[in-house]
Amino acid sequence: MSSDHPTSAPTTSTEHPILEMRGITKTFPGVKALQDVTLNVRRGEVHAICGENGAGKSTLMKVLSGIYPHGTYEGDILFEGKPCEFRTIRDSEHRGIVIIHQELALSPYLSIAENIFLGNEQSSRGVIDWTKTNLEAAKLLARVGLTESPDTKIIDIGVGKQQLVEIAKALSKRVKLLILDEPTAALNDEDSAHLLDLIRSLKGQGITSIIISHKLNEIAAIADSTTVIRDGRSIETLDMHGAEPVTEERIIRGMVGRSLDQRFPHRSATIGEEALRIEDWTVHHPVQHERVVVDAANLSVRRGEVVGIAGLMGAGRTELAMSVFGRTYGSNIRGRVVKDGQEVRLHSVSDAIKAGIAYVSEDRKRYGLNLINDVKRNITASALGKVSRWGVMDANGETRIANRYRTDMNIKTPTVDALVGNLSGGNQQKVVLSKWVFTDPDVLILDEPTRGIDVGAKYEIYTIINRLAEEGKAVIVISSELPELLGLCDRIYALSQGRITGEVSREDATQENLMRYMTMERETSR
Amino acid sequence: MSSIKQALGGDLRQYGIVGALIAIVLLFQITTDGKLLLPNNIASLVQQNAYVMILAIGMVIVIIAGHIDLSVGSIIAFIGGIVALAMKDAGMHWLVAVLIGLALGAVVGAWQGFWVAYVGIPAFIVTLAGMLIFRGLAIVIVGETVAGLPGSFNAISNGYLPNWLGFVANRDAVTLVLGAVSIAALVLSQVRARRNTLKHGLHADPLGAFVAKVVVSAALIGYLAWVLAGSRGGAPIVLVLVGVLIITYSFIMGKTVFGRHVYAIGGNLHAAILSGVNTRRVNFMIFVNIGLLTGVAALVTTSKAGAAVASAGNMYELDAIAACFIGGAAVTGGVGRVSGAIVGALIMGVLNMGLSIMTVDSAWQQAIKGLVLLLAVAFDLINKRRAGTR
Repeated sequence: MSSDHPTSAPTTSTEHPILEMRGITKTFPGVKALQDVTLNVRRGEVHAICGENGAGKSTLMKVLSGIYPHGTYEGDILFEGKPCEFRTIRDSEHRGIVIIHQELALSPYLSIAENIFLGNEQSSRGVIDWTKTNLEAAKLLARVGLTESPDTKIIDIGVGKQQLVEIAKALSKRVKLLILDEPTAALNDEDSAHLLDLIRSLKGQGITSIIISHKLNEIAAIADSTTVIRDGRSIETLDMHGAEPVTEERIIRGMVGRSLDQRFPHRSATIGEEALRIEDWTVHHPVQHERVVVDAANLSVRRGEVVGIAGLMGAGRTELAMSVFGRTYGSNIRGRVVKDGQEVRLHSVSDAIKAGIAYVSEDRKRYGLNLINDVKRNITASALGKVSRWGVMDANGETRIANRYRTDMNIKTPTVDALVGNLSGGNQQKVVLSKWVFTDPDVLILDEPTRGIDVGAKYEIYTIINRLAEEGKAVIVISSELPELLGLCDRIYALSQGRITGEVSREDATQENLMRYMTMERETSR
Repeated sequence: MSSIKQALGGDLRQYGIVGALIAIVLLFQITTDGKLLLPNNIASLVQQNAYVMILAIGMVIVIIAGHIDLSVGSIIAFIGGIVALAMKDAGMHWLVAVLIGLALGAVVGAWQGFWVAYVGIPAFIVTLAGMLIFRGLAIVIVGETVAGLPGSFNAISNGYLPNWLGFVANRDAVTLVLGAVSIAALVLSQVRARRNTLKHGLHADPLGAFVAKVVVSAALIGYLAWVLAGSRGGAPIVLVLVGVLIITYSFIMGKTVFGRHVYAIGGNLHAAILSGVNTRRVNFMIFVNIGLLTGVAALVTTSKAGAAVASAGNMYELDAIAACFIGGAAVTGGVGRVSGAIVGALIMGVLNMGLSIMTVDSAWQQAIKGLVLLLAVAFDLINKRRAGTR
């Protein structure tokens, strides 16, 4: 399969690659996580690594950065032509290889400057030189284009800026090879664009980058070459500036080993009665009570319909959903929720579940799952009443139900007794979906249902969403990815600064007009 | 290796700690020239450690939910004092005093539960305050030792089941019957559960492993009953009390919706809230429950001493907490079992008794127990890390 059309990147004899990984094999008890992986990164390029979740991308980067020390894997690593035998991350950082993980590793209550020099304090004789610390930090911040003061605490800046601080921190270590693991996963479009610009400008300064990403459009925009990894093997390396243009479909073909004709499955919509309507919904910030987060929003969804909510990060999408879902967000909430033509008052999550509403959180690890518990107990967690009598659990019934969802949703797990924390992101998401489908809701609110999961699993999630709609459920999908909304929804609302600024039908919706609504400013200044 | 794991039910950690208990028992059996497992010593092992086991049951639930309770020792002194005074000064019947003690435990638990669940103060702080408050109140109430309690009350912890059925082979027949009934109940419930599982077409342990498990458990119970039947008075009354509590709470934590909610809260509080768990009420009930069990422990402790003193129950919270952690509960919540906490309590108890028989200085005993706690948790952590190196 791999040797079909290897469009290998042209490496001229004069330029030695900055990094060569040869024949890397990493085995865990019972599993070959990496098998004979080869990676060549040219000096000064942006090299993307693509692959489904669980393909081995992160493992490969852990091998490279010394998290898996030399000796625990087979194969050779050459950095700047010299062999590497890293035992710890410090060893690799010493050589100029810095990895920035998806989950940022910053200390929230320390300042930007303190974080940048954490473990590398600017001191003389053990006493920290604060002037030097802040001065150097300011220089680094300028290089990454961040205008915050070095004194600002990390907790006071957004995720996008935190990402920049991480990069500044890497720069302070005289980085030569910067590895970014899913750098834009948590960022909105604007912050993502800024980050990509920064990576380009670092390239201009001679810094080589490896970027792991699921967002193929970003890869197409920024990468000079792309290595595709599938099932622990390096499949191919594509030259992004080659004669044949590399499309997203081309990359996907390598990732899944087949071509996805459609990225969105077909659905025949039979739209019925209105299931849920929200009228004049106004929500204030839970702590800063005077701040309006959702402003007089009106929206409705019918049975069998999939409705999208588009909005930039901070537009109030999650806040809208959670405030409706048993008032789990916000204060001073006003407005009406009408379910099947009748007004309902949802004061708690159990009220909402009883009313037939389910909310699948955007952050499944934090809000959706009990990672240290097993699959079956997670699936039944929201509807224990259905698997118990007089408060006593029916253990066999529970296992049977869990097994049913395991088949229905195609959850890849050895047994339903496996810990959810050990599953891949896509399978975890299927567990969360199962959990909420098991509550037998009429209305499902899905917040970023495909965040951080790979292309193949995305397709499966889309299929499940379509199936739910075909069963007559009303589905609301909140997503940052406009193509996803366009591919999935019958109708899309755009949200900007807490207000619904537009509503477009499937036929009229384009990325451009949605984006225009999403960025619409408030007419009256506050 | 994995097939062995499978055969044992996949929960190697639980067996690890039972193995440690058996190893410690065997070790002391050798070093004390067989004195550890003498009938009278087993009986007093149960009597002396009943309070830890009772507290550990309540504590493990608190710990699974991600909280801690530092106040149980002080509450034992407080309730014990009131119960003793009710009998001694107010002249109440001992049964009435017992009911007062239990009710008071629930009320004290509700007081602490209110602050934790509805006001949102961390349990560490609420129960640290409780530790001071109730120790202070105990000293106020129990000026000097209240002794001379009714014999029936003192029998709770010091007495044995009456010898209704005479002796068989010079052994107490009631104890033997109790053992036989326990074995029968165990076998019956296990067989029924297995049949039910198979009826639903679900996976059960292989027959061989199942039989081996049941036979080993039954043999253990039978051996204990046989030995105890030859002790001074047969089966201690507290043994029955503790046994009933273990079975009841294992059931609650393993098989009920309430138990499930406790694990959900400890495993991921946010997810529990968003799954519709009424976390406040569950947290409140957890503290009412440990209050109630602390009431039971107060009765047992006061009965054992035959008197109430203001310093009663000193450091008992640490015994209970240590038992939970030795028994595999996670400091971060979400993980733990009633049976584990009981085994943890027994390990501590056997250490106490074995070292006492060997006439090891009590200062050294304390140091050794501390070391065991540390090693048990370290063992657990290393095990987990090895399992999680992926």
